[in-house]
Amino acid sequence: MSTFDRATHEIHTRRWGRNLGLGLVLVCFAAIVFGLTVAKVSTGASMEAFDHVARPALIPAD
Amino acid sequence: MTDASLYDRTAEPEFGDYVTLLKPRVMSLVVFTALVGLLVAPTPVHPMIGFAAILFIAIGGGASGALNMWYDADIDAAMKRTRKRPIPAGLIAPDEALGLGLVLSGISVVMLWLASNAVAAGLLAFTIFFYVVVYTMWLKRWTPQNIVIGGAAGAFPPMIGWAAATGGVSIESLLMFGLIFMWTPPHFWALALFMKSDYNDAGVPMLTVTHGRDATRRHILVYTILLVPTALAVAFTPIAGPVYIATALILNAMFLMGAIRISRRDDAACEADSHAVEKKFFRLSLWYLFLHFGALLADGLIARLAPGVF
Repeated sequence: MSTFDRATHEIHTRRWGRNLGLGLVLVCFAAIVFGLTVAKVSTGASMEAFDHVARPALIPAD
Repeated sequence: MTDASLYDRTAEPEFGDYVTLLKPRVMSLVVFTALVGLLVAPTPVHPMIGFAAILFIAIGGGASGALNMWYDADIDAAMKRTRKRPIPAGLIAPDEALGLGLVLSGISVVMLWLASNAVAAGLLAFTIFFYVVVYTMWLKRWTPQNIVIGGAAGAFPPMIGWAAATGGVSIESLLMFGLIFMWTPPHFWALALFMKSDYNDAGVPMLTVTHGRDATRRHILVYTILLVPTALAVAFTPIAGPVYIATALILNAMFLMGAIRISRRDDAACEADSHAVEKKFFRLSLWYLFLHFGALLADGLIARLAPGVF
């Protein structure tokens, strides 16, 4: 059995930093979308929209 | 124009290099003016929606910065000030910058639409198009009035912030646009008078080179004369209060005096005091914009938090 010793190169540190940064950006993006959803729901924004199915609730009342 | 073979990636970029591609210093001005536009609007906005709107406006601005760096990599490589930017430094490949710019443009416009409304998103999309296509690709290398036209791109953020809150465009938001638009030429030409720049070597026509320094001084005065009524007109709209009126009166008098002083000088006078008047005018121009928008914000907050104070 051979042991494979891989030294950490400066490039690996840079890549790790880049991946960590991107990961944090994605987590923040998910948090913002969640936050926006909560804000829209709590301020009573329209929950339904046209999705190729007749939705009587979307028709304005006379 | 970029040629991929000229700017091959030679080093491993860090996360911060991608952030540099988004021109964070320009983004800070975008965030501030867009925030003022959003907060002075008569329609209150949910804090989360307001935060998201400002964030996506900033990302849209950053995306246009990345697209600008992609297209202008040859200019950046030729000038000392910009030589260390990620593309000419060989850290990020041009295609990567193009991809990042396009993806972030799309995300910012769609997300601003979802967070606020179609008008704000449409204005953001137009701003990106204007900065990248009209300014960067078309007019920047063609006319010495490039600063004037480029200023329009920087003037849109308060209009977008206003549209994110109200869903429309109004005289107030147009005047906020006009304030930044008219302020940009005197601000940058004052800088051009005392900064030794290598724009000319890079093939970008600058007014100081194409028309001379005397013409630039006259241009500064003319644009300042046009700026003053624009700034004072804001005082007659409902978003302005006593803080703005006082600020505008003092700053416009100072700014106009500075422009007149510059217009009366010649190169010998500039050399004699190492461009002291131009440098002072440039520093004043930074305070000018910051304090005008700060005053609008102050009046807006006073009206909302303590109505009836004035």
